[in-house]
Amino acid sequence: MRRVTYYLSGILLILSLLFGAAGCSSPSASSSPLQPKQRLRLATTTSLYDTGLWGYLEPMFEQKYGVELDIMYTGTGKALEYGRRGDVDIITVHSKTREDQFVSDGYGVKRVPFAYNYFLIVGPEDDPAGLEGLTPEEAFGKLIDTDQGSFISRGDDSGTHSKEKAIWQEIGYDYETVRNAGPWYIEAGIGMGPTLMMASEKQGYTLTDMGTYLTFKFRTDLEVVVDERVLELVPIVIEGEILLNVYSAIIVNPEKASPAKMEMANHLVDFLTSPEIQQLIGDYGTEDYGMQLFIPHAGADPEQD
Amino acid sequence: MDAIWQGLIKALQLIISLDPEVLEISGRSLRISVTSTLLASLICLPLASLVHFNNFPGKRVLVNLTQTFYSIPTVAVGLFVFVLFSRAGPLGGLNLLFTPTVMVIGQMLLITPVLLGLTISALSGVDRPIIDTARSLGATGFQTTLLVLKEARFAVTAAVIMGFGRAISEVGIALIVGGNIRGFTRVITSAISLETSKGDLELAIALGIILMFAALVVNILLNMQQQR
Repeated sequence: MRRVTYYLSGILLILSLLFGAAGCSSPSASSSPLQPKQRLRLATTTSLYDTGLWGYLEPMFEQKYGVELDIMYTGTGKALEYGRRGDVDIITVHSKTREDQFVSDGYGVKRVPFAYNYFLIVGPEDDPAGLEGLTPEEAFGKLIDTDQGSFISRGDDSGTHSKEKAIWQEIGYDYETVRNAGPWYIEAGIGMGPTLMMASEKQGYTLTDMGTYLTFKFRTDLEVVVDERVLELVPIVIEGEILLNVYSAIIVNPEKASPAKMEMANHLVDFLTSPEIQQLIGDYGTEDYGMQLFIPHAGADPEQD
Repeated sequence: MDAIWQGLIKALQLIISLDPEVLEISGRSLRISVTSTLLASLICLPLASLVHFNNFPGKRVLVNLTQTFYSIPTVAVGLFVFVLFSRAGPLGGLNLLFTPTVMVIGQMLLITPVLLGLTISALSGVDRPIIDTARSLGATGFQTTLLVLKEARFAVTAAVIMGFGRAISEVGIALIVGGNIRGFTRVITSAISLETSKGDLELAIALGIILMFAALVVNILLNMQQQR
């Protein structure tokens, strides 16, 4: 009987040791064992991550406030769902109507826009459906009417996917009709970068945000062969009021998430809208791509004109 | 073809130069999967002995059910653990979602059926006379169990190796409940998935090679243990 007791206490000892080890396996978290760093959880849309913007801003924020920022990159739909469940403290997304809904349903405390850019429709250079020069609405109408050329949809309930659905709705199509309209309509169910790569492989059209398109079109990593990755896609439709793409931060209702994180979440919003970070967001990528990936815009929604 | 070669070369460079990010991700992967395998073994080996040495109604059903769960998809386990540990879920108060700890729990759940089932099979392979002899020489139940586990150590080790293999190679749980947070919950498999989607193939290939290498080392260690 005594051996059984030894065995059990041994198990308990190892259990506690291992759980302790697994719990603080982050090198930066264990650097100051006396005062563990606070962790703030952010769920962000893939476009802010794929472009490298969060990777660029993260260390600055962490240093300024002495906090560990845990970033989950996902579609806007899933980011909002994480927020509704209270699994993250703050989200950065891009789908105004759904964001307003999120806040008015009581899941979000406040919504603060901090930057915008534009969506565009990209496609193969030979433009098989002849969409060049059309408005986004006309282009979508032509795609579904003529059956020329395929369209790769994100199909993942992301902000970009919402925008696509909004365009279909604008020209009077029920989205279910579009989904079943034929083999030319492909639902990918993946992030923006992979969707662009798929569109390039299949030589189809897709709707994308400017930032992700530019980062994937012109990889700036000089150490590796670049031509293997260059997207064989060019901008086809770039103008239209409906293509405006606003990014905003929403603090999740602390009653749903964690009240203790409210202050730090506010710090993150202040950080994003502060003049110096706004400047950095505006300059981000301009050297590599020769144009702005994001246009800084703190506070209110930009005017549609 | 060129891309693959470039990827391989870059991958080897990353490994040889002990790239900090590669090391960190690999270390975390090993730590999490070794932990979950050890814990699952500590639970499953005694449990398997209990099931093996006792006859009770529904034993056969239990064994069949265990074997069915060998093929449970990792994403299904991930989803289950997510719903359980999400703040809106029953264990949300523990605040464990998106931490390495919850990844360990998920992996334990994933490999428990494999460990349990294969250990029961291993114990069934031990000759009855050995048990009878031990008992007649006055061994207690606990001593007999230890003896049988020792006799079946080859097959039991194989079960543990299987469990570890399934734990370190899964990606569903790592993505769903780990969240793939850089520097905190990013492991080899979730990093490969991310880097491939970003088109950053060399880091993905490097991590793939390390994953195979880690599996090799663990297998060699366990085999040495077997031969003692």
